[in-house]
Amino acid sequence: MLAKRIIPCLDVKDGRTVKGVNFVDLRDAGDPVELAWQYSQQGADELVFLDITATHEKRKTTIDLVSAVARQINIPFTIGGGINELADAEILLNAGADKISINSAAVRNPKLIDDLAKSFGRQFVVVAVDTRVVNEKNYVHLRGGRDKTDIDTQDWIQEAESRGAGEILLTSMDHDGTKGGFDNSFLKRINSSIHIPLIASGGAGNVQHFLDVFEQTNVDAALAASVFHYGEILIPELKGALRKAGTVVR
Amino acid sequence: MWRICNFLVQRESYRNKKRFESRIIMIGIVNYGAGNIFSLTAALDRLNIGYGMINDQNAFDLYDHIIIPGVGHAGSAMNKLHESGLAARIDQLEQPVLGICVGMQLLTAFSEEGNSDLLNIMPIRTLHFDKQLAGKVPHMGWNSISPKKDSAIFQDIADKSYFYFVHSYYIEEHPRYTAAICHYGIDFSAAIEHNNFIGVQFHPEKSGVAGEQLLKNFSRL
Repeated sequence: MLAKRIIPCLDVKDGRTVKGVNFVDLRDAGDPVELAWQYSQQGADELVFLDITATHEKRKTTIDLVSAVARQINIPFTIGGGINELADAEILLNAGADKISINSAAVRNPKLIDDLAKSFGRQFVVVAVDTRVVNEKNYVHLRGGRDKTDIDTQDWIQEAESRGAGEILLTSMDHDGTKGGFDNSFLKRINSSIHIPLIASGGAGNVQHFLDVFEQTNVDAALAASVFHYGEILIPELKGALRKAGTVVR
Repeated sequence: MWRICNFLVQRESYRNKKRFESRIIMIGIVNYGAGNIFSLTAALDRLNIGYGMINDQNAFDLYDHIIIPGVGHAGSAMNKLHESGLAARIDQLEQPVLGICVGMQLLTAFSEEGNSDLLNIMPIRTLHFDKQLAGKVPHMGWNSISPKKDSAIFQDIADKSYFYFVHSYYIEEHPRYTAAICHYGIDFSAAIEHNNFIGVQFHPEKSGVAGEQLLKNFSRL
């Protein structure tokens, strides 16, 4: 049976890992390669690196980081942030990234999804979507949830799939940083409307939240950052609890 | 003091032995431009297994093991293999050959992906996952496999070990050629084997400790 995946997310700024509450005040949580290695040893199934300050000058730092991770880590990883065109993605592919994640660049230029899928295969293309509820409806948001668009989140995810996205990483900005649990009702609705893997993100605070998201929504993977970085949830214990609850994990 | 010295001498001789071993195990990677091989070479580096690139037909003779990597479209991978001039030598190889992912599919007779004729080292087919049966396609993530044969490639790898898969096409199960099965809607070949040819659908270079064990096993064949 295909296992449900547990994915620690490492927000990276200038080559260091950071994670803020609701994406604002940043705290340093360590060296990304060291953290990545520890997670792979603990049984993480995959890793996501989000380069949150991808300025042009600092780009080389990120590429070096991708190579260092690819050399030392024996599980797949995704890199997101600062990918605006095919050439950006190709550099990361050649540096050893298994997948790239695109967010605002895809909203601004949806054809980028088609082009990336055609050039590198859809398995390489993760479309990350930040959503927030406004007047009881989910809308796509940009810039870490600060900028609202008029795009309906479900419509956008379905369009991304039809254009060639290989996977969707859906973050609920209303839940992110609250540690109150994933947005299970919305995740369930999205998951049943697409035919590519869905990664749930935003709101993980304890082990029960992971049990709930898999049981209630059947998503393929769940992602979290600070609860893993600060050792509040240990992956071996989390997997043990999931296994006991009947969820298939590695 | 003597113990420390003795330990250091032993460690040094162990390291020399490792270095010596890594020199004699040389894997040739068929370099035909189908996909990125950074992860594969990184895994071989971590395992201290030597490797080089095969860019022309004569280079096959330089290596005692061969890996055929590959991601992407099986039909275009086959075209690239022909264009590189390397395809013609593959079925005559006598050393152990390991095809990974699309590199494995190339060993079969035919793929539904682009309705392509392939190397036909094993007379079996590569088919598309039926969305009705499998659900989400591509089959992406960690899935458990069961070795079917007493195959040296799976030595010291437990039954039901998890490996990392990313693919939309699969190789049908066959009583003679299937070396391990995996289930995703249906049973399919996670690994195939025939004489000196082996193929794995998953990515050993991305499959944690189990994947590294498989690469080690291959290098010892």
